[in-house]
Amino acid sequence: MALVDSLASALERIPGGGIILTSVDALADWSRGQSLWAMPMGTACCAMELIAASFSKFDFDRLGTFPRPDPRHTDVMIVAGTITKKMQPAVRRLYDQMADPKYVIAMGNCAVSGGIFYYDTYSVVRGVDQFMPVDVYIAGCPPRPEALQDGVLQLRELIHTRSIAKGRTYERELTLPGPEADRAGTTDTVRPIGDHPSRPASGAGESL
Amino acid sequence: MTPHDGETNLEFLQRKLCAVYPDLCPLFSIEFADAVLMVPRSVLHRAAADLKEIGFERFGFVTAVDNGDDFELVYRLQSGEFGVGIFLKTEVPRCEAVIETLTDLWPAAGWPEREVYDLFGIEFRGHPDLRRILLPDDWVGYPLRKDYKDDSIIPRPDYI
Repeated sequence: MALVDSLASALERIPGGGIILTSVDALADWSRGQSLWAMPMGTACCAMELIAASFSKFDFDRLGTFPRPDPRHTDVMIVAGTITKKMQPAVRRLYDQMADPKYVIAMGNCAVSGGIFYYDTYSVVRGVDQFMPVDVYIAGCPPRPEALQDGVLQLRELIHTRSIAKGRTYERELTLPGPEADRAGTTDTVRPIGDHPSRPASGAGESL
Repeated sequence: MTPHDGETNLEFLQRKLCAVYPDLCPLFSIEFADAVLMVPRSVLHRAAADLKEIGFERFGFVTAVDNGDDFELVYRLQSGEFGVGIFLKTEVPRCEAVIETLTDLWPAAGWPEREVYDLFGIEFRGHPDLRRILLPDDWVGYPLRKDYKDDSIIPRPDYI
């Protein structure tokens, strides 16, 4: 995306460049949302619905979304299931391994808030937004595959309304605690789309 | 020794156990159509070895019950020969929650014993690798004890 980034900032400075930029924006946003490969983070019963969504009856592939086993291939992490305190660092590490731009869908009540494990539990994290940013929440215990598909379409809408131009990008400060080992020496900021500063020397990428 | 006509598996097990190990016979009972052998802590390992000797070749699981002053340890052993399982139970005091390991008889007891150690804090003496298995290594306390306290637990309100 480095070429598009520099193109965007160059176009903004010349008269009439904004029109071109808008068109490029629209094209880039559209193309970004069309092929959201999924990182299936299935840890509990919601994973059954996640698996069913990929198969012939619901056929996720027609939306351009299908599961890949490697975080470095994927755009969206679908957290389907209960995340325990012991699992939390592993999920966060997989999220850190995904390439920008990356998105998270919290599927099911457990991933949204802890669900039925909210009260009287010692081991469950109360929602994945405790340790990583979430773009789309899907309620349900578990949600049907149609709900997951609707969630992906909503995420696509979200991506279509973002922009690659500087100053109009989607920005969000992440102040949530991650695993200590992965946080050492990093500023825990979600980078705006299209902004790619070099990673800190002791960042998460190098420690893996 | 073979089963009599019309004798159930459990009755045959009881008869054989009483014939081979008479001192274990009074500890044996049948509860809810299942064989139970409730032994004192000091003879648990010997009783387990005896049960293995007469045909309980498979270790099912071990778990524990928090009864306040005591922990009740529940072992499940299974037998292809008798066609039944047996609950081997014992009690350890809360103030001294120590029991002999059964990993020397059944190596498969290793992980279940680690789980009981992890969640109940019962020490299995002689276990080759006794450390936490489910919870993170730096966890403080034993969550399945009734008196476990943790700041992160949110109590369930009455109206739910």
